Amino acid sequence: MPRLPPVSEPVARGERVGGWLALALPAWILAYAGNEWLAPRLREGLDARVPGSHLASALAFFAYEVPKVLLLLTLIVFAVGVLRSFFTPERTRALLAGRRESAGNVLGAALGVVTPFCSCSAVPLFIGFLTTGVPLGVTFSFLISAPMVNEVALALLFGLFGWRVAALYLGTGLAVAIAAGWIIGRLRLERHVEPWVYETRLGGPAGATEAQPSWAERLRTGLAAVRDIVGRVWPWVLAGIAVGAGIHGWVPEDCMAAIMGRGAWWSVPIAVLIGVPMYSNAAGIIPVVHALLEKGAALGTVLAFMMAVIALSLPEVIILRRVLRPPLIAVFLGVVTAGIVLTGYLFNWLM
Amino acid sequence: MKRIEVLGAGCANCKLLYNRTRAAAEELGLEFEIEKVTDLNVIMGYHVLSTPALVVDGVVKVAGRVPSPSQLKEMLA
Repeated sequence: MPRLPPVSEPVARGERVGGWLALALPAWILAYAGNEWLAPRLREGLDARVPGSHLASALAFFAYEVPKVLLLLTLIVFAVGVLRSFFTPERTRALLAGRRESAGNVLGAALGVVTPFCSCSAVPLFIGFLTTGVPLGVTFSFLISAPMVNEVALALLFGLFGWRVAALYLGTGLAVAIAAGWIIGRLRLERHVEPWVYETRLGGPAGATEAQPSWAERLRTGLAAVRDIVGRVWPWVLAGIAVGAGIHGWVPEDCMAAIMGRGAWWSVPIAVLIGVPMYSNAAGIIPVVHALLEKGAALGTVLAFMMAVIALSLPEVIILRRVLRPPLIAVFLGVVTAGIVLTGYLFNWLM
Repeated sequence: MKRIEVLGAGCANCKLLYNRTRAAAEELGLEFEIEKVTDLNVIMGYHVLSTPALVVDGVVKVAGRVPSPSQLKEMLA
């Protein structure tokens, strides 16, 4: 006979989570402020001892960026984890079912950011959305924004470039997802969805028989997201910042200006074409992007490259091939790629 | 005899859920059979939108996340 836990246990555990977090927040602020305080002193100290050393410059960059980026990543992943505990794919679908296009595309893209989603459930989600009356274009707005606008990308952009670039990325990511989904909807491509998708029968009520989570459970969801995501991406962050530090220390200023600067019109489409087949997560790519930007590459070109790497990838296409026919896959890739290229030009022109 | 099914296409989280569920059921001393389900028709038959999902005796207990071992024990008990 299994022993059941005493009834009061969840409450006690919940209080413990809250208590730990109340301690963790001041510790976080202290660590962040300490890193900001230490960085210029370390740089000056190294400069005084070994003036003009590439290695010292690279080391100072690494020692400052690593704690800063990891701290921001932890905080933002936690906050987004708690936020996502309010959304489920089932609720998102209920909000999107039967929506008209345009408004539906906007809502789909926005919900793509906050709904918990893993690319390995793209296929069941796609079938579940389509068979219950979410329009194809609205489903695509959701599926495009979900991987592209993610908390890791936002945390790193915020940490390395400031809130303006992070906000720009969020805004344009949503715009590309909305526009691409709308176009796919307008083109009436339903006939290029594998026919068995519409014939799939869903059984029973949707989702799990779980009660609404308590606040303590939501906080624990946030902590679990930190353990999972930060635990998975930190080696990438370290490697990315190490490459960035190398570029920072050794590559001369403005060497990127000629090939990735705003003067070179062809740089945006080439950056996107290189980025599409590349498969990396935001954590690995952004520190490299940071270093490119610092050496004179244009912001629009660099953002377009990053979006292309994160939003489109070969493994994703292979997963979607199970439910989409090649013409629809081609339209999906073409429309999203075109949207990213336009975004790149827009930023190069605006900035 | 409890019938436990772990639904998912075989990503890392699906394997984690399978291993944790198996361990939890053994620790509880249950009499059970456990199965990995990758067939989309069965997954959609349970109306699951996000994987991994845990089904016990035909009831979807959790979808889209991997519960902690203690939560799993409550779901299996």
